[in-house]
Amino acid sequence: MSTDTQNTAVAQPDEHEEGENYLNHETSVWSWLSTKDHKRIGVLYCVTLALVFLAAGVLALVMRAELSGPGETMMANDTYNQVFSMHGIMMVFLFLVPSIPAILGNFVLPMQIGAKDVAFPRLNLASWYVYLAGATLTIMALLWGGVDTGWTFYTPYSKTTGGGVLWMTSAIFVAGFANIFTGLNFIVTIHKMRAPGMTWNRLPLFVWGMYATSIVQVLATPVIGITMVLLILEQVLQIGIFDPSLGGDPVLFQHFFWFYSHPAVYIMILPAFGIMSELIATFSRSRIFGYRAIALSSVAIAMLGFLVWGHHMFVSGQSVVSSIVFSLITYLIGIPSGIKVFNWVATLYKGSIWLQTPMIYALSFLFLFSIGGFTGIMVGVLSVDVHLHDTYYIVSHFHYVMMGGTVVALLGGMHYWWPKITGRMYNETLGKIAAFLIFVGFNLTFFPQLVLGAKGMPRRYATYADRFTELHQLSTAGSGVLGVGLFLVLGYALWSLKYGEKAPANPWGAATLEWTNVAALPDPHNFKRTPLITRGPYDFHLADEVFGGGDGEADGDQGLRVPDAAPAAPLEPSRDA
Amino acid sequence: MATDTDIAPAPTETDHHDHPAHLQHHFVSSEQQFDSAKLGMWLFLITEILLFSAMFVAYAVYRQWHPETFVAASETLNVTMGTINTIVLLTSSLTVALSIHYIQKDEVKKCIYNLGATLVLAGGFMVIKYFEYTSKFEHGAYPGGMFDPHGGHYAQLADVPFASQFFSIYFVMTGIHGLHVIIGMAVIGWVAVRAWMGSFSSEYYTPVELTGLYWHLVDIVWIFLFPMLYLI
Repeated sequence: MSTDTQNTAVAQPDEHEEGENYLNHETSVWSWLSTKDHKRIGVLYCVTLALVFLAAGVLALVMRAELSGPGETMMANDTYNQVFSMHGIMMVFLFLVPSIPAILGNFVLPMQIGAKDVAFPRLNLASWYVYLAGATLTIMALLWGGVDTGWTFYTPYSKTTGGGVLWMTSAIFVAGFANIFTGLNFIVTIHKMRAPGMTWNRLPLFVWGMYATSIVQVLATPVIGITMVLLILEQVLQIGIFDPSLGGDPVLFQHFFWFYSHPAVYIMILPAFGIMSELIATFSRSRIFGYRAIALSSVAIAMLGFLVWGHHMFVSGQSVVSSIVFSLITYLIGIPSGIKVFNWVATLYKGSIWLQTPMIYALSFLFLFSIGGFTGIMVGVLSVDVHLHDTYYIVSHFHYVMMGGTVVALLGGMHYWWPKITGRMYNETLGKIAAFLIFVGFNLTFFPQLVLGAKGMPRRYATYADRFTELHQLSTAGSGVLGVGLFLVLGYALWSLKYGEKAPANPWGAATLEWTNVAALPDPHNFKRTPLITRGPYDFHLADEVFGGGDGEADGDQGLRVPDAAPAAPLEPSRDA
Repeated sequence: MATDTDIAPAPTETDHHDHPAHLQHHFVSSEQQFDSAKLGMWLFLITEILLFSAMFVAYAVYRQWHPETFVAASETLNVTMGTINTIVLLTSSLTVALSIHYIQKDEVKKCIYNLGATLVLAGGFMVIKYFEYTSKFEHGAYPGGMFDPHGGHYAQLADVPFASQFFSIYFVMTGIHGLHVIIGMAVIGWVAVRAWMGSFSSEYYTPVELTGLYWHLVDIVWIFLFPMLYLI
């Protein structure tokens, strides 16, 4: 059997030599703009989101620069308000929420379940255009005087502060549809498009993560949509929904807003969990520990995530009883999150760990997300939150989850799937250096902010008391290191597109379908023949016998032995039936 | 293991031998395509329910806060017109269901007639809604800030606090519902044209079925709006 394995592994690159792949079978600009191929849409999203991340990231650096001294250093307070608002809005609504599903979900998910495409390819393309419309409206908001409400648009302030808010809320309404389209598409794809033999218990955990995410996207996003519509109508027609002077209730806005925006946190982190499971399993060379627990804990988080929004409103005047209930349910979220972290650690245990760049990001994630999670439990404690609410502690907490969790996982995933997307390898040494810089820079930026918050530094202030200076400067220095790390990634990623080493079909020896059954650069239709799945996604021992005791690197560059491909399914059982 | 299957020569799937014209290449069978489309539509309907849910919550909250306002303002709505509209919309749900029934039996003509009837009933609903809206405007019952109880015959509402809020909620909810009716009319019209061009048969009628599902949702939302706004 292992002889066959070798043959398959050798045979695959040859197939790829034949030429046609998803990048070169059509090359005109129009073929990209009208593509219904999920892989190309993933690439379109990747380029767009990279630009948004760059813009919003530069804004963050500008903010940190302003905060390098206690007084006004480089911009007026009003400008600062606009900068942090735009940073938050762009990062949350235009980058983090779509990021992993739209880029990697689109690219990888259909291949992982053995499908030729997502269920609704046209809807998938529409999603990208709708997203672009949302981004355009964001630019309109900037031209219309900007937004200084923060990313939360709390009423009644957001009603009084100028025309930019109207454009911005429209942008969020519109961009929300892009997410709904993606989520809806993925749910149907996972339910209906799986290859023969791909049972629910054989789904790669990335697919489970995307499934849980999609449920939240479909159930939560419409609520922010209608909330934004009501906010717009309130400004335009003075309907009294949120404005107390017209009989409305600003706290109702907060309920509506957080009913979406808390689940949105899980829209951002659940796909990251999915990537983590792939990385940890592949680079530990061991079967994932507690497959079912990891899969179902994602779904549990998705469900529980709808019941905790009130913990953002402990000091907003909701009743004490509801605060207590929300606080208790918030603790519950710790359980499925803990299950995941423990299962990943258990997978590492006695695994044959291969420290490539994606794995370094995965290990960073374990560390950073744990801090993010624990600080989250702390601010879920009613009495503690009263002290920490609206301080840098909160800022640091959600950056540990969103940046330390989601962005680090996204970076790990991008490195992991980069060979499949581009057909090129990135530079491993530079990759490791960048991952290290990002880890150090991130902690240097945000750990001091935990201390700052605990000492009482309020968030969203352009200036601060002198006693906070040192910690703020430390944080600013960290942001510089972080920036260098991220620009380094951008640099070698672009470099690898042209000069990178050509990637083999399965450089990591991974056992999921996109590596075992797809050419180095995927075919336009993904698979030459629909695979028949006969084993689980991490059954390295069933895929072949080669991993026993082998350290990946030593096994090495010459001939990393890869799991054999899944056999082809019997031809079209029901097409002509 | 199944390695034999791997090696066994098999024709590639890429050669498209004869399959129905409506079947897209990434689906294996018509059933798979139909099931996918239907599941997708159900998910879309769930998003629609959540879209309306925030408005229902707002209604519930403010009814709780200002019950006397809601009672007084709701009395100005025309129950007769509301009732007629409810009957019209319920009937249109019947006709759209019949159109699905007939296309399943390959009776394309009857399907088109029923789609046409649905379109007429939906139009009737909008016409009645138009008369309701204009009569409200004549009495100064505009949404939100433009509300003017002294402009018409609603002087009794002048002393009721936040009467404008009721009309805001009324116009927003029925307005967004009306928007869904208009979108539904466009879709039903398009489906009827395609049916007339012979695109559908008992083999393939997915768009008819999905349109029917959507139209039932529009109907259901109204079934909740009518008692909430007009009756209680």
